[in-house]
Amino acid sequence: MSTIALKVNGKDVSAEVEDRTLLVELLREELKLTGTHIGCDTSQCGACVVHVDGVAMKSCTMFAIQADGAEIRTIEGVAQQGALHPMQAAFAEHHGLQCGFCTPGMIMTAIDMVRRLGSDLDEATIRHELEGNICRCTGYQNIVKAIQAGARAMASQ
Amino acid sequence: MYQTRYHRPGSVAEAAELLSKAEDGRYVAGGHTLIPTMKHRLAGPSDLVDLSRLSELKGISEKGGTVTIGAATTHYEVASSDAVRKAIPALAALAGMIGDPAVRNRGTIGGSLANNDPGADYPAAVLGLGATIHTDKRKIEADDFFTGLFTTALEEGEIIVKVSFPVPKKAAYEKFHSAASRYALTGVFVASAKDGAVRVAVTGAGANGVFRAADIEKALSGKASSDAIDAVSIDPSGLLSDIHGSAEYRANLVKVMAKRAVDAIG
Ligand SMILES: Cc1cc2nc3c(=O)[nH]c(=O)nc-3n(C[C@H](O)[C@H](O)[C@H](O)COP(=O)(O)OP(=O)(O)OC[C@H]3O[C@@H](n4cnc5c(N)ncnc54)[C@H](O)[C@@H]3O)c2cc1C
Ligand code: FES
Ligand code: FES
Repeated sequence: MSTIALKVNGKDVSAEVEDRTLLVELLREELKLTGTHIGCDTSQCGACVVHVDGVAMKSCTMFAIQADGAEIRTIEGVAQQGALHPMQAAFAEHHGLQCGFCTPGMIMTAIDMVRRLGSDLDEATIRHELEGNICRCTGYQNIVKAIQAGARAMASQ
Repeated sequence: MYQTRYHRPGSVAEAAELLSKAEDGRYVAGGHTLIPTMKHRLAGPSDLVDLSRLSELKGISEKGGTVTIGAATTHYEVASSDAVRKAIPALAALAGMIGDPAVRNRGTIGGSLANNDPGADYPAAVLGLGATIHTDKRKIEADDFFTGLFTTALEEGEIIVKVSFPVPKKAAYEKFHSAASRYALTGVFVASAKDGAVRVAVTGAGANGVFRAADIEKALSGKASSDAIDAVSIDPSGLLSDIHGSAEYRANLVKVMAKRAVDAIG
Protein backbone atom coordinates (compact mmCIF):
# COMPACT_ATOMS: atom_id res chain seq x y z
CA MET A 1 0.00 0.00 0.00
CA SER A 2 1.14 3.52 -0.72
CA THR A 3 -0.28 6.93 0.12
CA ILE A 4 -0.80 9.24 -2.81
CA ALA A 5 -1.87 12.88 -3.02
CA LEU A 6 -3.65 14.29 -6.02
CA LYS A 7 -6.23 16.87 -6.99
CA VAL A 8 -9.58 15.60 -8.22
CA ASN A 9 -12.05 18.10 -9.68
CA GLY A 10 -10.24 20.90 -7.89
CA LYS A 11 -10.17 19.25 -4.46
CA ASP A 12 -7.08 17.91 -2.73
CA VAL A 13 -7.39 14.20 -2.13
CA SER A 14 -5.11 11.80 -0.37
CA ALA A 15 -5.67 8.06 -0.63
CA GLU A 16 -4.20 4.72 0.39
CA VAL A 17 -3.91 2.51 -2.67
CA GLU A 18 -2.47 -0.85 -3.57
CA ASP A 19 0.23 -0.52 -6.20
CA ARG A 20 -1.96 -2.48 -8.63
CA THR A 21 -5.02 -0.24 -8.13
CA LEU A 22 -6.10 1.34 -11.41
CA LEU A 23 -6.95 5.04 -11.52
CA VAL A 24 -10.54 4.18 -12.49
CA GLU A 25 -10.84 1.94 -9.42
CA LEU A 26 -9.67 4.75 -7.15
CA LEU A 27 -12.16 7.17 -8.72
CA ARG A 28 -15.14 4.84 -8.59
CA GLU A 29 -14.58 2.70 -5.51
CA GLU A 30 -12.77 5.02 -3.11
CA LEU A 31 -13.84 8.50 -4.20
CA LYS A 32 -17.34 7.31 -5.28
CA LEU A 33 -17.09 9.25 -8.54
CA THR A 34 -19.09 6.69 -10.49
CA GLY A 35 -19.63 8.87 -13.55
CA THR A 36 -16.41 7.43 -14.99
CA HIS A 37 -17.38 4.03 -16.39
CA ILE A 38 -15.67 0.73 -17.17
CA GLY A 39 -16.90 -0.76 -20.43
CA CYS A 40 -14.15 -3.24 -21.33
CA ASP A 41 -10.96 -4.89 -20.13
CA THR A 42 -9.02 -4.33 -23.34
CA SER A 43 -8.49 -0.53 -23.20
CA GLN A 44 -10.66 -0.07 -26.27
CA CYS A 45 -14.05 1.42 -25.32
CA GLY A 46 -13.21 4.86 -23.89
CA ALA A 47 -15.98 4.83 -21.24
CA CYS A 48 -13.29 5.55 -18.62
CA VAL A 49 -11.70 8.63 -20.22
CA VAL A 50 -10.76 11.39 -17.74
CA HIS A 51 -8.35 14.32 -17.97
CA VAL A 52 -4.97 13.89 -16.30
CA ASP A 53 -3.18 17.24 -16.11
CA GLY A 54 -5.56 18.44 -18.80
CA VAL A 55 -5.02 15.55 -21.24
CA ALA A 56 -7.56 12.81 -22.07
CA MET A 57 -6.46 9.40 -20.84
CA LYS A 58 -8.05 6.02 -20.25
CA SER A 59 -8.24 5.76 -16.46
CA CYS A 60 -8.50 1.96 -16.78
CA THR A 61 -5.03 1.87 -18.33
CA MET A 62 -2.99 3.67 -15.75
CA PHE A 63 -2.27 2.93 -12.12
CA ALA A 64 -3.63 5.26 -9.45
CA ILE A 65 -0.11 5.55 -8.09
CA GLN A 66 1.04 6.95 -11.45
CA ALA A 67 -1.37 9.84 -10.87
CA ASP A 68 0.38 10.81 -7.63
CA GLY A 69 0.77 14.61 -7.80
CA ALA A 70 -1.49 14.95 -10.84
CA GLU A 71 -4.67 16.95 -11.39
CA ILE A 72 -7.61 14.82 -12.46
CA ARG A 73 -10.87 16.03 -13.92
CA THR A 74 -13.83 13.68 -14.28
CA ILE A 75 -17.31 14.17 -15.72
CA GLU A 76 -18.48 15.23 -12.25
CA GLY A 77 -16.10 18.18 -12.42
CA VAL A 78 -16.91 19.79 -15.77
CA ALA A 79 -20.10 21.66 -14.81
CA GLN A 80 -19.36 25.08 -13.33
CA GLN A 81 -21.48 26.66 -10.58
CA GLY A 82 -24.37 24.36 -11.27
CA ALA A 83 -24.48 25.11 -15.00
CA LEU A 84 -23.80 22.27 -17.43
CA HIS A 85 -20.58 22.51 -19.43
CA PRO A 86 -21.42 23.60 -23.01
CA MET A 87 -20.43 20.14 -24.27
CA GLN A 88 -22.82 18.48 -21.78
CA ALA A 89 -25.59 20.90 -22.79
CA ALA A 90 -24.98 20.09 -26.46
CA PHE A 91 -25.32 16.34 -25.80
CA ALA A 92 -28.67 16.99 -24.07
CA GLU A 93 -29.91 19.30 -26.78
CA HIS A 94 -28.88 17.13 -29.75
CA HIS A 95 -29.93 13.85 -28.16
CA GLY A 96 -26.32 12.61 -28.23
CA LEU A 97 -27.10 9.68 -25.94
CA GLN A 98 -29.52 6.83 -25.44
CA CYS A 99 -28.51 4.65 -22.48
CA GLY A 100 -25.78 7.13 -21.53
CA PHE A 101 -23.14 4.57 -20.62
CA CYS A 102 -20.57 5.89 -23.12
CA THR A 103 -21.47 9.56 -22.56
CA PRO A 104 -19.00 10.59 -19.82
CA GLY A 105 -16.10 9.24 -21.88
CA MET A 106 -17.50 10.84 -25.04
CA ILE A 107 -17.74 14.25 -23.36
CA MET A 108 -14.25 14.08 -21.82
CA THR A 109 -12.86 13.03 -25.23
CA ALA A 110 -14.80 15.80 -26.98
CA ILE A 111 -13.46 18.51 -24.63
CA ASP A 112 -9.92 17.23 -25.27
CA MET A 113 -10.61 17.30 -29.02
CA VAL A 114 -11.48 21.00 -28.82
CA ARG A 115 -8.36 21.68 -26.74
CA ARG A 116 -6.12 20.11 -29.41
CA LEU A 117 -7.93 20.96 -32.63
CA GLY A 118 -9.98 24.07 -31.95
CA SER A 119 -13.71 24.61 -32.12
CA ASP A 120 -14.31 24.36 -35.85
CA LEU A 121 -14.55 20.59 -36.27
CA ASP A 122 -15.86 18.90 -39.40
CA GLU A 123 -17.72 15.61 -39.35
CA ALA A 124 -14.83 13.53 -40.72
CA THR A 125 -12.45 14.84 -38.07
CA ILE A 126 -14.90 14.13 -35.25
CA ARG A 127 -15.54 10.57 -36.46
CA HIS A 128 -11.82 9.90 -36.75
CA GLU A 129 -11.18 11.35 -33.29
CA LEU A 130 -13.88 9.09 -31.80
CA GLU A 131 -12.05 5.90 -32.78
CA GLY A 132 -11.37 5.18 -29.12
CA ASN A 133 -14.93 5.72 -27.87
CA ILE A 134 -17.44 2.98 -28.51
CA CYS A 135 -21.20 3.56 -28.35
CA ARG A 136 -23.52 0.54 -28.51
CA CYS A 137 -26.74 2.53 -28.88
CA THR A 138 -26.76 5.65 -30.96
CA GLY A 139 -25.03 4.90 -34.25
CA TYR A 140 -22.92 8.01 -33.49
CA GLN A 141 -24.92 10.39 -35.70
CA ASN A 142 -26.20 12.58 -32.89
CA ILE A 143 -22.94 12.30 -30.95
CA VAL A 144 -21.14 13.85 -33.91
CA LYS A 145 -23.78 16.61 -34.14
CA ALA A 146 -23.56 17.26 -30.41
CA ILE A 147 -19.75 17.53 -30.47
CA GLN A 148 -19.85 19.90 -33.43
CA ALA A 149 -22.36 22.15 -31.66
CA GLY A 150 -20.67 21.81 -28.26
CA ALA A 151 -17.32 22.81 -29.74
CA ARG A 152 -18.84 25.96 -31.23
CA ALA A 153 -20.56 26.78 -27.96
CA MET A 154 -17.23 26.40 -26.12
CA ALA A 155 -15.65 28.94 -28.47
CA SER A 156 -18.36 31.52 -27.88
CA GLN A 157 -18.20 31.08 -24.12
CA MET B 1 -4.62 -8.48 -11.65
CA TYR B 2 -1.88 -10.00 -9.52
CA GLN B 3 -0.19 -7.97 -6.79
CA THR B 4 2.85 -5.96 -7.85
CA ARG B 5 5.26 -3.42 -6.35
CA TYR B 6 5.62 -0.05 -8.09
CA HIS B 7 8.84 1.96 -8.25
CA ARG B 8 9.48 5.42 -9.63
CA PRO B 9 13.21 5.79 -10.31
CA GLY B 10 14.86 9.18 -10.72
CA SER B 11 17.26 8.16 -13.47
CA VAL B 12 17.88 5.51 -16.13
CA ALA B 13 20.72 4.07 -14.05
CA GLU B 14 18.48 3.76 -11.01
CA ALA B 15 15.76 2.14 -13.13
CA ALA B 16 18.19 -0.51 -14.37
CA GLU B 17 19.39 -1.18 -10.84
CA LEU B 18 15.84 -1.52 -9.48
CA LEU B 19 15.01 -3.99 -12.23
CA SER B 20 18.12 -6.05 -11.65
CA LYS B 21 17.18 -6.44 -7.98
CA ALA B 22 13.56 -7.41 -8.67
CA GLU B 23 12.54 -11.04 -8.65
CA ASP B 24 10.52 -10.80 -11.88
CA GLY B 25 10.35 -7.12 -12.69
CA ARG B 26 9.17 -5.25 -15.78
CA TYR B 27 9.56 -1.68 -16.97
CA VAL B 28 6.34 0.22 -17.57
CA ALA B 29 6.22 3.25 -19.87
CA GLY B 30 2.82 4.19 -21.34
CA GLY B 31 1.36 0.96 -20.00
CA HIS B 32 -0.89 0.57 -23.04
CA THR B 33 0.37 -2.91 -23.78
CA LEU B 34 1.55 -4.04 -20.36
CA ILE B 35 -1.48 -3.01 -18.24
CA PRO B 36 -4.10 -4.78 -20.42
CA THR B 37 -1.82 -7.86 -20.36
CA MET B 38 -1.63 -7.66 -16.56
CA LYS B 39 -5.42 -7.30 -16.28
CA HIS B 40 -5.77 -10.56 -18.18
CA ARG B 41 -3.18 -12.15 -15.90
CA LEU B 42 -1.03 -12.95 -18.92
CA ALA B 43 1.71 -11.01 -17.13
CA GLY B 44 2.25 -10.79 -13.40
CA PRO B 45 5.46 -8.89 -12.76
CA SER B 46 6.60 -8.84 -9.12
CA ASP B 47 7.81 -5.26 -9.61
CA LEU B 48 7.06 -2.41 -12.00
CA VAL B 49 9.73 0.17 -12.71
CA ASP B 50 8.16 3.31 -14.22
CA LEU B 51 10.12 4.92 -17.05
CA SER B 52 7.38 7.31 -18.14
CA ARG B 53 8.54 10.34 -16.17
CA LEU B 54 12.30 10.13 -16.76
CA SER B 55 13.44 13.32 -18.46
CA GLU B 56 16.47 11.46 -19.87
CA LEU B 57 14.02 9.46 -22.02
CA LYS B 58 11.98 12.41 -23.27
CA GLY B 59 12.14 14.83 -26.12
CA ILE B 60 12.63 15.25 -29.83
CA SER B 61 15.53 16.92 -31.64
CA GLU B 62 16.69 17.35 -35.23
CA LYS B 63 20.33 17.95 -36.10
CA GLY B 64 22.57 17.27 -39.07
CA GLY B 65 20.08 15.14 -40.98
CA THR B 66 19.04 13.02 -38.01
CA VAL B 67 15.83 13.10 -35.99
CA THR B 68 16.26 11.75 -32.46
CA ILE B 69 13.29 10.76 -30.30
CA GLY B 70 13.48 9.84 -26.62
CA ALA B 71 12.04 6.43 -25.73
CA ALA B 72 9.37 7.80 -23.37
CA THR B 73 8.06 10.30 -25.94
CA THR B 74 4.36 9.70 -26.57
CA HIS B 75 2.77 8.94 -29.92
CA TYR B 76 0.92 12.28 -29.68
CA GLU B 77 4.16 14.20 -29.09
CA VAL B 78 5.71 12.63 -32.20
CA ALA B 79 2.58 13.16 -34.33
CA SER B 80 2.33 16.83 -33.38
CA SER B 81 6.06 17.70 -33.36
CA ASP B 82 6.97 20.47 -35.79
CA ALA B 83 10.50 19.06 -36.14
CA VAL B 84 9.28 15.57 -37.09
CA ARG B 85 6.53 16.91 -39.36
CA LYS B 86 9.07 18.95 -41.24
CA ALA B 87 11.94 16.47 -41.46
CA ILE B 88 10.09 13.14 -41.77
CA PRO B 89 6.38 13.82 -42.30
CA ALA B 90 5.70 10.10 -42.87
CA LEU B 91 6.91 9.35 -39.33
CA ALA B 92 4.65 11.99 -37.78
CA ALA B 93 1.73 10.68 -39.84
CA LEU B 94 2.45 7.10 -38.72
CA ALA B 95 2.45 8.13 -35.05
CA GLY B 96 -0.90 9.84 -35.62
CA MET B 97 -2.38 6.57 -36.95
CA ILE B 98 -1.62 4.54 -33.83
CA GLY B 99 -4.72 3.46 -31.91
CA ASP B 100 -6.92 6.37 -30.86
CA PRO B 101 -6.29 9.80 -29.26
CA ALA B 102 -6.18 8.54 -25.65
CA VAL B 103 -3.79 5.72 -26.60
CA ARG B 104 -1.55 8.28 -28.33
CA ASN B 105 -1.60 10.52 -25.25
CA ARG B 106 0.08 7.80 -23.19
CA GLY B 107 1.72 5.13 -25.38
CA THR B 108 5.43 5.59 -26.12
CA ILE B 109 7.80 4.79 -28.95
CA GLY B 110 10.15 2.88 -26.64
CA GLY B 111 7.34 0.68 -25.34
CA SER B 112 6.13 -0.04 -28.84
CA LEU B 113 9.59 -1.08 -30.05
CA ALA B 114 10.44 -3.15 -26.97
CA ASN B 115 7.13 -4.96 -27.31
CA ASN B 116 7.49 -5.61 -31.07
CA ASP B 117 3.88 -6.60 -31.69
CA PRO B 118 3.58 -8.05 -35.21
CA GLY B 119 0.82 -5.49 -35.94
CA ALA B 120 2.54 -2.44 -34.45
CA ASP B 121 3.32 0.60 -36.58
CA TYR B 122 6.64 1.98 -35.28
CA PRO B 123 8.67 -1.13 -36.19
CA ALA B 124 7.85 -0.42 -39.87
CA ALA B 125 9.25 3.13 -39.62
CA VAL B 126 12.34 2.06 -37.70
CA LEU B 127 13.17 -0.71 -40.16
CA GLY B 128 12.06 1.28 -43.24
CA LEU B 129 14.18 4.29 -42.35
CA GLY B 130 17.13 2.24 -41.11
CA ALA B 131 17.04 3.88 -37.68
CA THR B 132 19.40 3.21 -34.78
CA ILE B 133 18.14 2.15 -31.34
CA HIS B 134 20.26 3.60 -28.51
CA THR B 135 20.05 1.69 -25.24
CA ASP B 136 21.66 2.28 -21.86
CA LYS B 137 24.37 -0.15 -22.97
CA ARG B 138 24.93 0.12 -26.75
CA LYS B 139 23.58 1.04 -30.18
CA ILE B 140 21.55 -1.46 -32.20
CA GLU B 141 20.85 -1.08 -35.92
CA ALA B 142 17.23 -1.58 -37.00
CA ASP B 143 18.22 -4.55 -39.17
CA ASP B 144 19.49 -6.36 -36.06
CA PHE B 145 16.82 -5.25 -33.57
CA PHE B 146 13.63 -7.12 -34.46
CA THR B 147 14.26 -10.81 -33.93
CA GLY B 148 10.78 -12.37 -34.06
CA LEU B 149 7.23 -12.15 -32.71
CA PHE B 150 7.29 -10.01 -29.55
CA THR B 151 11.06 -10.47 -29.34
CA THR B 152 13.94 -8.08 -29.89
CA ALA B 153 17.71 -7.93 -29.49
CA LEU B 154 17.25 -6.24 -26.08
CA GLU B 155 18.86 -8.14 -23.22
CA GLU B 156 17.24 -8.65 -19.83
CA GLY B 157 16.93 -5.25 -18.16
CA GLU B 158 18.31 -3.26 -21.12
CA ILE B 159 16.56 0.10 -21.58
CA ILE B 160 15.84 1.84 -24.86
CA VAL B 161 16.96 5.44 -24.31
CA LYS B 162 16.32 6.98 -27.71
CA VAL B 163 15.90 6.23 -31.40
CA SER B 164 17.68 8.14 -34.15
CA PHE B 165 16.24 8.30 -37.65
CA PRO B 166 18.26 9.42 -40.67
CA VAL B 167 16.18 11.97 -42.59
CA PRO B 168 15.28 10.38 -45.96
CA LYS B 169 14.82 12.12 -49.29
CA LYS B 170 11.22 10.93 -49.31
CA ALA B 171 9.12 8.45 -47.37
CA ALA B 172 5.53 7.30 -46.95
CA TYR B 173 3.58 4.87 -44.79
CA GLU B 174 0.33 3.23 -45.84
CA LYS B 175 -1.68 1.27 -43.30
CA PHE B 176 -4.66 -1.02 -43.69
CA HIS B 177 -6.29 -0.87 -40.22
CA SER B 178 -7.87 -3.73 -38.41
CA ALA B 179 -11.32 -2.20 -37.96
CA ALA B 180 -11.59 -3.60 -34.44
CA SER B 181 -8.18 -3.01 -32.87
CA ARG B 182 -6.74 -0.17 -35.01
CA TYR B 183 -3.47 -2.12 -35.34
CA ALA B 184 -2.10 -2.70 -38.84
CA LEU B 185 -3.57 -5.68 -40.67
CA THR B 186 -0.80 -4.75 -43.07
CA GLY B 187 1.28 -1.58 -43.16
CA VAL B 188 4.08 -0.73 -45.57
CA PHE B 189 6.75 1.93 -45.03
CA VAL B 190 8.71 2.98 -48.12
CA ALA B 191 11.74 5.27 -47.81
CA SER B 192 14.16 6.54 -50.37
CA ALA B 193 17.37 7.60 -48.66
CA LYS B 194 19.50 10.62 -49.55
CA ASP B 195 21.95 8.27 -51.31
CA GLY B 196 19.10 6.87 -53.44
CA ALA B 197 18.76 3.49 -51.68
CA VAL B 198 15.16 2.34 -51.28
CA ARG B 199 13.99 0.45 -48.19
CA VAL B 200 10.58 -1.18 -47.84
CA ALA B 201 9.42 -2.47 -44.44
CA VAL B 202 6.23 -4.44 -43.87
CA THR B 203 4.33 -4.75 -40.57
CA GLY B 204 1.16 -6.66 -39.73
CA ALA B 205 1.75 -9.34 -42.33
CA GLY B 206 4.83 -11.32 -41.34
CA ALA B 207 4.52 -14.52 -39.28
CA ASN B 208 7.78 -13.44 -37.59
CA GLY B 209 6.86 -9.78 -37.26
CA VAL B 210 8.15 -6.81 -39.23
CA PHE B 211 10.35 -7.58 -42.28
CA ARG B 212 11.96 -5.94 -45.30
CA ALA B 213 10.36 -6.79 -48.65
CA ALA B 214 13.54 -7.48 -50.61
CA ASP B 215 11.78 -8.19 -53.91
CA ILE B 216 9.88 -4.91 -53.80
CA GLU B 217 13.09 -3.04 -52.88
CA LYS B 218 14.79 -4.60 -55.91
CA ALA B 219 11.91 -3.72 -58.23
CA LEU B 220 11.92 -0.11 -57.00
CA SER B 221 15.67 0.32 -57.26
CA GLY B 222 15.39 0.14 -61.05
CA LYS B 223 12.36 2.36 -61.31
CA ALA B 224 10.73 4.11 -58.38
CA SER B 225 7.20 3.83 -59.69
CA SER B 226 4.29 1.80 -58.39
CA ASP B 227 3.96 -0.07 -61.73
CA ALA B 228 7.29 -1.71 -60.96
CA ILE B 229 5.61 -3.52 -58.06
CA ASP B 230 3.01 -5.25 -60.29
CA ALA B 231 5.51 -7.84 -61.46
CA VAL B 232 6.63 -8.78 -57.93
CA SER B 233 5.08 -11.86 -56.39
CA ILE B 234 4.88 -12.03 -52.59
CA ASP B 235 5.16 -15.54 -51.19
CA PRO B 236 2.33 -16.08 -48.66
CA SER B 237 4.14 -18.96 -46.92
CA GLY B 238 5.89 -16.68 -44.40
CA LEU B 239 2.81 -14.56 -43.68
CA LEU B 240 0.28 -14.48 -40.86
CA SER B 241 -3.09 -16.10 -41.29
CA ASP B 242 -5.88 -15.44 -38.77
CA ILE B 243 -9.59 -14.57 -38.51
CA HIS B 244 -8.87 -11.11 -39.90
CA GLY B 245 -7.26 -12.30 -43.11
CA SER B 246 -5.52 -15.25 -44.79
CA ALA B 247 -1.85 -15.24 -45.72
CA GLU B 248 -2.84 -14.89 -49.40
CA TYR B 249 -4.99 -11.86 -48.58
CA ARG B 250 -2.12 -10.27 -46.68
CA ALA B 251 0.29 -11.04 -49.55
CA ASN B 252 -1.99 -9.03 -51.80
CA LEU B 253 -2.28 -6.24 -49.22
CA VAL B 254 1.53 -5.95 -49.07
CA LYS B 255 1.58 -5.10 -52.77
CA VAL B 256 -1.42 -2.78 -52.62
CA MET B 257 -0.07 -0.85 -49.62
CA ALA B 258 3.43 -0.69 -51.16
CA LYS B 259 1.98 0.73 -54.38
CA ARG B 260 -0.03 3.31 -52.46
CA ALA B 261 3.05 4.33 -50.50
CA VAL B 262 5.12 4.73 -53.66
CA ASP B 263 2.34 6.78 -55.26
CA ALA B 264 2.12 8.93 -52.13
CA ILE B 265 5.83 9.68 -52.37
CA GLY B 266 5.22 10.79 -55.96
C1 LIG C 1 -6.79 0.28 -27.80
C2 LIG C 1 -5.36 0.22 -28.26
C3 LIG C 1 -5.07 0.37 -29.60
C4 LIG C 1 -3.73 0.31 -30.04
N1 LIG C 1 -3.49 0.46 -31.37
C5 LIG C 1 -2.22 0.41 -31.82
C6 LIG C 1 -1.92 0.61 -33.20
O1 LIG C 1 -2.80 0.86 -34.02
N2 LIG C 1 -0.62 0.53 -33.59
C7 LIG C 1 0.39 0.29 -32.70
O2 LIG C 1 1.54 0.24 -33.11
N3 LIG C 1 0.15 0.12 -31.39
C8 LIG C 1 -1.13 0.18 -30.93
N4 LIG C 1 -1.37 0.02 -29.59
C9 LIG C 1 -0.26 -0.21 -28.67
C10 LIG C 1 0.29 1.12 -28.14
O3 LIG C 1 0.97 1.80 -29.18
C11 LIG C 1 1.25 0.90 -26.96
O4 LIG C 1 1.36 2.16 -26.37
C12 LIG C 1 2.63 0.44 -27.31
O5 LIG C 1 2.63 -0.74 -28.02
C13 LIG C 1 3.45 0.14 -26.03
O6 LIG C 1 3.97 1.32 -25.53
P1 LIG C 1 3.81 1.70 -24.01
O7 LIG C 1 4.62 2.89 -23.79
O8 LIG C 1 2.37 1.78 -23.70
O9 LIG C 1 4.51 0.45 -23.31
P2 LIG C 1 4.21 -0.40 -22.02
O10 LIG C 1 2.90 -1.09 -22.13
O11 LIG C 1 4.46 0.41 -20.81
O12 LIG C 1 5.40 -1.48 -22.14
C14 LIG C 1 5.41 -2.45 -23.18
C15 LIG C 1 6.67 -3.31 -23.02
O13 LIG C 1 7.83 -2.56 -23.34
C16 LIG C 1 8.74 -2.53 -22.25
N5 LIG C 1 9.34 -1.19 -22.27
C17 LIG C 1 8.68 0.00 -22.27
N6 LIG C 1 9.53 1.02 -22.42
C18 LIG C 1 10.77 0.48 -22.55
C19 LIG C 1 12.08 1.03 -22.74
N7 LIG C 1 12.29 2.37 -22.87
N8 LIG C 1 13.12 0.18 -22.80
C20 LIG C 1 12.94 -1.15 -22.69
N9 LIG C 1 11.73 -1.73 -22.52
C21 LIG C 1 10.65 -0.92 -22.44
C22 LIG C 1 7.92 -2.86 -21.04
O14 LIG C 1 8.70 -3.49 -20.05
C23 LIG C 1 6.89 -3.82 -21.60
O15 LIG C 1 7.40 -5.10 -21.68
C24 LIG C 1 -2.69 0.08 -29.11
C25 LIG C 1 -2.98 -0.06 -27.75
C26 LIG C 1 -4.30 0.02 -27.31
C27 LIG C 1 -4.59 -0.14 -25.86
S1 FES D 1 -12.86 0.78 -19.66
FE1 FES D 1 -12.80 0.44 -21.80
S2 FES D 1 -11.13 1.71 -22.39
FE2 FES D 1 -11.14 1.96 -20.26
S1 FES E 1 -25.61 5.79 -25.47
FE1 FES E 1 -25.60 3.70 -24.88
S2 FES E 1 -23.51 3.20 -25.21
FE2 FES E 1 -23.61 5.13 -26.09
